[in-house]
Amino acid sequence: MTNLHYPETPPTETRKRPLVVMSGVSKSFSSGTLALSDMSLTVENGEFVSLLGPSGCGKSTALRIISGLGDVTSGEIDWPASRINSKGLPEGDISFVFQEPTLMPWQTVFGNVYLPLRLRRISKAAARDEIMACLDMVGLKDFADAYPRELSGGMKMRVSIARALVTKPKLLLMDEPFAALDEITRQKLNDDVLRLWRETGITVIFVTHSVYESAYLSNRIVVMRARPGGVHADFPLVTSLERGPLYRTSEEYRATCEKVSQSLLEAIGFPLANGLEMH
Amino acid sequence: MTAALDANLIRRHRETMLRVLIPISVVVCLILLWQVLVTASGVPQYILPGPSAVGVSLVKDWGTLAPALWVTTKITLSALALALLGGVGMAVFLVQSKWIETAFYPIAVILQVTPIVAVAPLILIYAPSTQVALLICAFLVAFFPILSNMVQGLKSVDHNLLNLFDLYGASRLQTLLYLKLPASLPYFMTGLKIGGGLSLIAAVVAEFAAGSAGAGSGLAFRLLEAQYRLNIPRLFAALILLSALGVVIFGITSFIAWLSLHRWHESSIRREN
Repeated sequence: MTNLHYPETPPTETRKRPLVVMSGVSKSFSSGTLALSDMSLTVENGEFVSLLGPSGCGKSTALRIISGLGDVTSGEIDWPASRINSKGLPEGDISFVFQEPTLMPWQTVFGNVYLPLRLRRISKAAARDEIMACLDMVGLKDFADAYPRELSGGMKMRVSIARALVTKPKLLLMDEPFAALDEITRQKLNDDVLRLWRETGITVIFVTHSVYESAYLSNRIVVMRARPGGVHADFPLVTSLERGPLYRTSEEYRATCEKVSQSLLEAIGFPLANGLEMH
Repeated sequence: MTAALDANLIRRHRETMLRVLIPISVVVCLILLWQVLVTASGVPQYILPGPSAVGVSLVKDWGTLAPALWVTTKITLSALALALLGGVGMAVFLVQSKWIETAFYPIAVILQVTPIVAVAPLILIYAPSTQVALLICAFLVAFFPILSNMVQGLKSVDHNLLNLFDLYGASRLQTLLYLKLPASLPYFMTGLKIGGGLSLIAAVVAEFAAGSAGAGSGLAFRLLEAQYRLNIPRLFAALILLSALGVVIFGITSFIAWLSLHRWHESSIRREN
């Protein structure tokens, strides 16, 4: 009970099934904007997928649809590996980390991480071990009684991640979670997310507009184009080096970044970089 | 280390002391000035009594004033309590759907904008007793600021948090209890502070309008009575009791607001740069 238990390899039956299948999904808003057009994407168990693209390419919209928060205009979304509830949504398998920490300021760190379990009507006493284990994972065990306003931006984000992990989800959706943080904090959190991904075997879909971040984190990159939003390129990212400080300064990382930037620039519609801002 | 801590403690203590001492000494100075002016100019007591005469009257007439103070306090506090219940309940009801709000909010506005003095005679006719009439008047006045603040608060919940609750499949009741009500606490406290002040004002105004008399009357009646009898020191004494009651209510509501917000809300946190 004291340790979070994530199975190293899930049972073969669920392992075979993909976690998310989007087929021909389109989404238009009431304003008439076509945010996504005919997007298909299959995410397998254990992947770390980055959705990379310029602003307005519908990557956040895609993420919300995957989470079940938004409905699709046409096409289909399915979660084959999950139990689907009466509302047609996957139950308890998906967690979301927003761009903002989105913490309740009137609750302590402990109370914020407790929220998903509280909503499942689990008592505080029964949830305590789990919550403390999650706080330990993000290095905030000593801050359980602090209020969000007493924490730095990076620490608030860690609380948000701990809250996402406390339900032991199969799928973690992250919507530009570190975009508002400084470079040093962001690198630190990137390493933390990678470590969590390796340790827990969780599947991550990570939305970002940073080439460097996506190239550092993911083992699969989905580059998206804008107006209308859709998949431009989808390629796996296998590296010989362990992702870490060494990898950050390696030639391999540089080459990967270049490849990813190239693809992103094609998606935007520029054949070659010419002093263009890529970050 | 400890020396620095001590110095810090002393500095903070001094600031707290100054915070209390400065306003008190200003009030004391003003009272002294009042006494000096009244004595020096020889104004007759039935026009402007000095503070000493008011003090004497406060002690001498305590037997009449104390029950009146109690009546006014009772009406004010019960009206406030009813307004809190009604305001919060109505606000929760209104935000359930846009159509409910469209249908019922105008009625709340009409109740608010109609001057209570004008409605008081009607309420007096229908209410079983004067006390109940006063209570209704004070309730009507205190109700609206609490309602409108609560409606605003319940609607101002962070959309991302609402999404988060949806994502975790929270029920409507859970969203209300764990998210909407705590998030609107700062707004509720604003409503409470305004409502507390207004319910006292309304209790006094309604009693003026009702013209109640005899036993069981509040301070407003005693104030009018003192005026008719040209007992100006007692009028001042009643006035002082009314302001004291107002100050106490303000103090209590401010304290409740501080107590519930000081751990997390920006309004109750000292800014440090």
